[in-house]
Amino acid sequence: MITETAPPEVQKRAQRRRFDDNVIRNLGLVGVLVLLIVVGIITKPDLYSDPTWVKNNFLTILQQASAIGVVTVGMTFVIIGGGIDLSVGAIIALSGVWATTLATQSYGAAGMIFTALVVGICVGLVNGVLISYGKLVPFIATLAMLVAARGLAAQISGKQTQVSANTFINDLAANKLLGIPLLVWILGLVVAAGWVLLNRTTFGRRTVAVGGNPEAARLAGINIKRHTLLLYALSGLCCGIAAIMLTSQATSAQAAMANLYELDAIAAAIIGGTLLSGGRGTIIGALFGVLVFSTITNLFAINNLSTEVQNMVKGGIIVLAVLIQQFRYRSLTQLLKR
Amino acid sequence: MSALSRRRVLFGGAAVGAGALLTACTSNTPENNAQVNTNTDASANPNAAPGQKVTIGFSAPAADHGWLAAITNNAKAQAAAYTDVEFKPVEAGADAAAQRAAVSTLISQKPTVIVMLPHDGKELNAAGLEAMKAGIPVINLDRAFPSMAAYRLQIKGDNFGMGLAAGNYIVEQLKAKGVSNPVIGEIPGIDSLELTQERSLGFKTALEANGFKVANRRPAEFTADSGQAAATALLQALPKMDALWNHDDDQGIGVLAAIKQANRSEFFMVGGAGSKAAIDAIKADNSVLKATVTYSPSMASSAISLARLIGQGKGLSELVELQVPKEITLASETITKDNASQYAKLGF
Repeated sequence: MITETAPPEVQKRAQRRRFDDNVIRNLGLVGVLVLLIVVGIITKPDLYSDPTWVKNNFLTILQQASAIGVVTVGMTFVIIGGGIDLSVGAIIALSGVWATTLATQSYGAAGMIFTALVVGICVGLVNGVLISYGKLVPFIATLAMLVAARGLAAQISGKQTQVSANTFINDLAANKLLGIPLLVWILGLVVAAGWVLLNRTTFGRRTVAVGGNPEAARLAGINIKRHTLLLYALSGLCCGIAAIMLTSQATSAQAAMANLYELDAIAAAIIGGTLLSGGRGTIIGALFGVLVFSTITNLFAINNLSTEVQNMVKGGIIVLAVLIQQFRYRSLTQLLKR
Repeated sequence: MSALSRRRVLFGGAAVGAGALLTACTSNTPENNAQVNTNTDASANPNAAPGQKVTIGFSAPAADHGWLAAITNNAKAQAAAYTDVEFKPVEAGADAAAQRAAVSTLISQKPTVIVMLPHDGKELNAAGLEAMKAGIPVINLDRAFPSMAAYRLQIKGDNFGMGLAAGNYIVEQLKAKGVSNPVIGEIPGIDSLELTQERSLGFKTALEANGFKVANRRPAEFTADSGQAAATALLQALPKMDALWNHDDDQGIGVLAAIKQANRSEFFMVGGAGSKAAIDAIKADNSVLKATVTYSPSMASSAISLARLIGQGKGLSELVELQVPKEITLASETITKDNASQYAKLGF
């Protein structure tokens, strides 16, 4: 691949530096998580003194992070590849609504899952075609899709909440495997698959190359257009999976579901260390980003604090994370110049 | 080359096949459960006799919510029940500005009356005034205009009363059970809306009058998935609860799902609005949902009926006055197992 031009020792050193950087950042996020939990223990010692409640609480935090976590994995790929996908919430709504129409439900759980996944991929492909072959800016193309997909979802659902009558789908969110909710297993699988895809395959290397330096990637023989197309399809697929998870949790779907998921997913990816300009990012960091948000929601709920304050804290964390990222990035480039 | 084209044919075929299946999957058989005033028999009700032709312009927000969908459906169905009414709906668009533009267009078409459910009463107040100035009586539906000059008739639900009714029902039930110092949860809808604040104030007032208070309050967004998230957080915060009021039956689908997923049943729940699914569940009595307080979209049907009377210059037969009154606030009713069958036709 492209890195073959650099001598092996330089390549290794660069890799190690990137690795260290990621580990430090992830440790920082783990620190934030621990801090949030400690605040929870201090403010609500009565709740945290019950081990069953504590175990349940962690599983709940994970479960509530699972759908948005899956979306964030797809979003992380898109952002590393130099793009952005503002339409994820809308794709979830469209996939969810399409999968729960009376006609689709008559095909059973398999039909519903198939529909959600295919709709997700297809919308992602449309995004990809508009961006790579239509030469639209990702921001504009996916913003247009955000509006259009929700519109189509409202059209299909007749603006009604479509209740899922399928027990298999509804039980996904209620059931556990080895004491861990099924949705958390799905999140684990998607994260594992995303990690392998990004770190252990040429697809992952190409994603980093396309986002980091598109011109160099093109000269190295990467088909940038096709790769970009695939990235948006991947994000669409993740949205399809999330649509099934969310439909299962709410036992229903509607055109207004997954409201503002795009912002949560982008924010989680960013505080997880993904560079908004592309070329760098980690799946594990993104997962921690999602968990930080989910834990904040939990902390504010158990203390009965208003969601207004919660949103302010969320905003503060995003700004802080990006500031730290910029600072680190700048000091790193200065270090390299020296 | 031939292998490539074969692959293309295969992929293309798969795509077309998937597309065809998906197209087959979009059809939704619409359920017809519009709430129509069926008192249109002229021999029993002189007001129902066909009279002067009335054109009713109608504008309501196109939001993705069961209640608003029911508002529009009801208005359409009620208008269709009269032979002397021409129904002219305009899309209100996504926000107050779009609705203002739509109403201006509507005014220029000179309908006999306009029925308007504004995005926001304050922001559309000017549009109401404009129509009234043009000599078109305005029926202000649900979200109130601040200026009394902006409408001929205001017909709305009672948000404060809804909270009050939910609170009173919960107090009554807890007292009957002999629970002192109960843990009460609340799941409102979008918290920044005035209607949500009025509902919460009514709820608080009823509880405080009896020395009770809300232990935890987690707002959702009127959608099932946000209801699920809010309820999950609430249940986690309150390991033991006695009663729960959820403001909206549409988000209640998610709230009930969360309760089931958390395996909880030690409390009872009161809903809000009065959806068909909620009324059915209360009647079946197989979940924690024991009651719901109404905020019925049937008000749209009533608004159309009254708009027709205003257009024809007729009054309400039960009243001495010769014209329709200026303001009507509907009472919020409490639906329980005992009267659920009676209310089934009002569910949306």
